[in-house]
Amino acid sequence: MKPGEEVSPEESPSTAESSPVGAGGAEVDAIVVGAGPAGSAAALELARNGHSVVLLERGPFPGSKNMYGGVIYGRILDALVPKWWEEAPIQRWVTRRQTMMLSGDQALTIDYRSDRWGDPPYNGATAYRPDFDHWLADKAAEAGAHLVCSTTATGLIHEGDQVVGVTTDRPGGELRAKVVIACDGANSFLAREAGLYENLDPANFTVGVKETIALPPEVINARFGVRGDHGVDIKILGCTGGVPGGGFVYTNRDTVSVGLVLSLTGLAKGDRRPEQLLHRMKHHPGIAPLVEGGEVREYSAHMIPEGGYDAMPELVGNGLLVAGDAASMCLAAGVWLEGVNFAIGSGAAAGRAGHRAIQRGDTSAAGLAGYRTRLESSFVLSDHRKLREIPHLVMGDLAQTRLPGMACGVAEQFFHVDNPAPKPGLRRIIRSEMKANGVRMRDLVRESVKAIRGFG
Amino acid sequence: MSGYSQISFETRMDSVEFRVAERAHITVDDTLCRDCSVRGCITACPANLFVPTSDGGIVFNYEQCFECGACSLACNTEGAIDWSYPEGGHGVVFHKT
Repeated sequence: MKPGEEVSPEESPSTAESSPVGAGGAEVDAIVVGAGPAGSAAALELARNGHSVVLLERGPFPGSKNMYGGVIYGRILDALVPKWWEEAPIQRWVTRRQTMMLSGDQALTIDYRSDRWGDPPYNGATAYRPDFDHWLADKAAEAGAHLVCSTTATGLIHEGDQVVGVTTDRPGGELRAKVVIACDGANSFLAREAGLYENLDPANFTVGVKETIALPPEVINARFGVRGDHGVDIKILGCTGGVPGGGFVYTNRDTVSVGLVLSLTGLAKGDRRPEQLLHRMKHHPGIAPLVEGGEVREYSAHMIPEGGYDAMPELVGNGLLVAGDAASMCLAAGVWLEGVNFAIGSGAAAGRAGHRAIQRGDTSAAGLAGYRTRLESSFVLSDHRKLREIPHLVMGDLAQTRLPGMACGVAEQFFHVDNPAPKPGLRRIIRSEMKANGVRMRDLVRESVKAIRGFG
Repeated sequence: MSGYSQISFETRMDSVEFRVAERAHITVDDTLCRDCSVRGCITACPANLFVPTSDGGIVFNYEQCFECGACSLACNTEGAIDWSYPEGGHGVVFHKT
């Protein structure tokens, strides 16, 4: 095993002989499974600290299995890749953020914009995950991590109760290490196999579907009211056809991403499929003028672990750490939908904890316990702990179906001029819209208290 | 389905690259499906890979799978769907620019 050895990310399984996997008994300091943002951050930290690291990726290149409905908040990269914004494959910088509530043919939007978000160090960015994830994995490889693509980790190797490596689907592909970091995504087979998930509740998952629609940059700029490389991030509540969830629209340079995030259990119980619900939302008068006309360049889908703090597995095992989506670290808290930053933050922390444990010669759960402590003192677990009630609140019936209808109804009555009738009072409008949307005062108060408490 | 006229499902799926493996990474024990009243896989799968048959069974294909795992999590009949990742280098490949 040569830590600095270059392996082409496009390497095909037929060139398995050149990889360290299969060199029976070969030992490295660490194996990181999954070259998404969490895995690459972990591998980068370990390699920089002089450890031999194998970064396994089951796709033909990093990011090839990955999509999101999202925005990358890059500040967590400051410490890993200084001035990352000068080289990361970013599509547009988000300078305009909207929350849109849809009901029937109505739309009510809260719209914030600041051109300051279009200057370094920026706030949010849109990017294609195959581009971004590949770029970050290359950073880990440049630091000395051994990136091995087209290789699926099929299980854990145990010695007693210590994890000592992984099996792969390469011929003779056992690989042993002092520590294994599972960054194998939302379906983390490794964390499940290790028994770190006490109970895996389908209710904690959503299915994300997305269309990437090609449009000329000047058309995107005109439709979304931005210039140059500035972009827009729109989160949508309502218009999910009775399935709990939400929608999104994001601008890339010459495409617009439009998609839905849908409760898995809601979908399974219902009679409408994701693409039908997406089609419906795309035709809403609030959305159609933004996305119509272009060709669908790609349709994509992915699972999202949305359960938050209470759905997370044990993060540490003997010889094993779990980070990113594999540890359910997506933050789905209504106005905040984040994941890549939590993946990078947790991956980097896992890399540092792994480094310390290897250095001290104790990679048991006790030796690796620093991982959780690091996460608790960072945004990763403190945000998740603080916002632990919010995912349930957002997916609840009030926020899902009644709130958008009521908000749009109040706006309609408030802005509609119905002369010669005089304007109705605001209190009367709210009362009548609460009644029309089946919102009871005690439910509204209860959920509002939860929200105020939940958002801290 | 009615109301879905803009692009056909085939056109939609034609926009996605799949490097299909020889070995199927999904297997379905369709004898269990016959007793299943929920059949969540049919609506939850974003690639529409699970199709009910007139005799109460389920036919599926694995070739155009996004590897999201929704089918296996949505399936509430123990053991009916066995789903794992396809072998390395195969399956869905999302576009790079």
